[in-house]
Amino acid sequence: MFEGFMIHAWIVASIVAIVAGIVGFFVVLRGSAFAAHAIPNGAFAGAAGASLIGASTLLGLGVFAVLGALGIVGVGRRGRGDVATALVLAFMLGLGALFLSRTVEYAPEVYSLLFGEVLGISTTDFVPTIALAAVSIAGIAILYRPLMLSSVLAEVADARGIPTLAVEVCFLVVVALATTMTIPVVGTLLIFSVMIGAPAAARSFTSRPGAAVALSVAFALISVWAAIAISYKTNYPIGFFVGTISAAQYVLGRFWRGLAGRLVMTAGSRARATAT
Amino acid sequence: MIPGDSAVFAPGFFSSSTVHTALVVGAIVSVVSGVVGVFTVLRGQSFAGHAFSDLGTTGGSGGFLVGIGPLWGFVIAGVACAGALELIGVQRARGRDLATGVVLGAALGLGALFIYLDTTAASTTGVTQTVLFGSIFAVSSSALPLAIGLGAVATVAVLVTYRPLLLSSASPELAAARGIPVRLVGALFLVVLSIAAALAAITIGSILATALLIGPAATALRLTRSPGRAMVAATLLGLVITWLSIVLAYDSYDWSASGAGWPVSFFVVALVLIVYVLSDVLRPRRFARRGRGTVHV
Repeated sequence: MFEGFMIHAWIVASIVAIVAGIVGFFVVLRGSAFAAHAIPNGAFAGAAGASLIGASTLLGLGVFAVLGALGIVGVGRRGRGDVATALVLAFMLGLGALFLSRTVEYAPEVYSLLFGEVLGISTTDFVPTIALAAVSIAGIAILYRPLMLSSVLAEVADARGIPTLAVEVCFLVVVALATTMTIPVVGTLLIFSVMIGAPAAARSFTSRPGAAVALSVAFALISVWAAIAISYKTNYPIGFFVGTISAAQYVLGRFWRGLAGRLVMTAGSRARATAT
Repeated sequence: MIPGDSAVFAPGFFSSSTVHTALVVGAIVSVVSGVVGVFTVLRGQSFAGHAFSDLGTTGGSGGFLVGIGPLWGFVIAGVACAGALELIGVQRARGRDLATGVVLGAALGLGALFIYLDTTAASTTGVTQTVLFGSIFAVSSSALPLAIGLGAVATVAVLVTYRPLLLSSASPELAAARGIPVRLVGALFLVVLSIAAALAAITIGSILATALLIGPAATALRLTRSPGRAMVAATLLGLVITWLSIVLAYDSYDWSASGAGWPVSFFVVALVLIVYVLSDVLRPRRFARRGRGTVHV
């Protein structure tokens, strides 16, 4: 499990988990779950298009992810955000279906992008993965304060003159870059469960942003590491384990929140009882 | 009919039984999507609608695996997930999206496993393509009765619960105050939504069904504020888009020398997006008849 080629997979997967944990925290905070699902999913069309014209898959993913992010904001400006997201996503997937129908040779490779193939990562993926990870984290670091403020208190952000729309565009582009690098590893359909499950669970355990981001990264690492290990042993697709573990984390988080809420309540009633 | 490449309807269009089935299925899906879609958009459940059609991947591949066919697989997976969403039971929109995402993620993981098992154990190679992207031309006429039955159930369910559904979509508090079981209505709607998504999924593929479910309804709601009229408009719009796409896809076999047609799915989603974006330009700046309120209650 820790031979030469697997070391590579572990490192790449760890980078993916760290970025997903950090970016995902803001995805959950802003309620952008649908966009975070749509961008990597639609970017899949880019991979199909790239294989059609013989370009690099990663380039195709990146271009379509960014275009998708811009499209969601563009169409969504005048109308309901969720409708715009749904239609942009569907259109990009339709393009993907068109590209796939034009090319038959590369279809299996494209399908592996849907569900991921962490065990098949080659050395060539190393540099762009690290570069994209660095850019995503730097983007979040730069955006941190305006992003935080516009996520939690949109009105206050407006009043302080923070360009909310620009922040939204920048954030979605960061999501696009982050998903571009994660897609070849865990697949378009599953990256999003790491981005949602781990941060949502983390927020159930703490309300302090810093601690929640750290916890979110930890949860993401646990889910990706465990998924690789089990997938390596059983030979079943990694996406299955990523999805299941992320969902389990979310359920655990909700369970914990429910338990904590009940403890606080009983403590409160006991305090009231002693006071009277 | 003019023979040759310039004909709108390529030779054999009206005599092909595949096309007949496709046109009928397209009509059923348009009606169901129009009726259910209006409420999906009104309730802000586009993500749930998309999730259900995505879940079709899981249901469809699972259906292939156990040999009950994709449509039953779609429906069973959809109803199971509607149950899961209702169990989590988050009412706030932001939290609801999150819960939808988590259920969707878990179900897609299961789908990945099913597809893996399909391709390795059952050696049904085309399954991924069929389940994910579907093809209206691949719907066999034997699936028609089931499709009609499910479509009728979904449409009738919405029409019967029309008033409580509308009230609890517009104002859950007011509906609760009037004694409407809001949660029950919500759960019922989720089940109906999953059936509608399943029907759309067999037509244009599970990951594209969203467009047909959301697009015409959202466009119609831009043009009229009355939900009833929006349903009629969405149905007609869906019908025109689907049928036009079938014609275009059928014609596209002659567009290139290789004879490989363009997928129906692509035409559907492209037309849906174009119509939605155009409707923003065309929509009346201010509604002429004011005082009709956002929705009829």
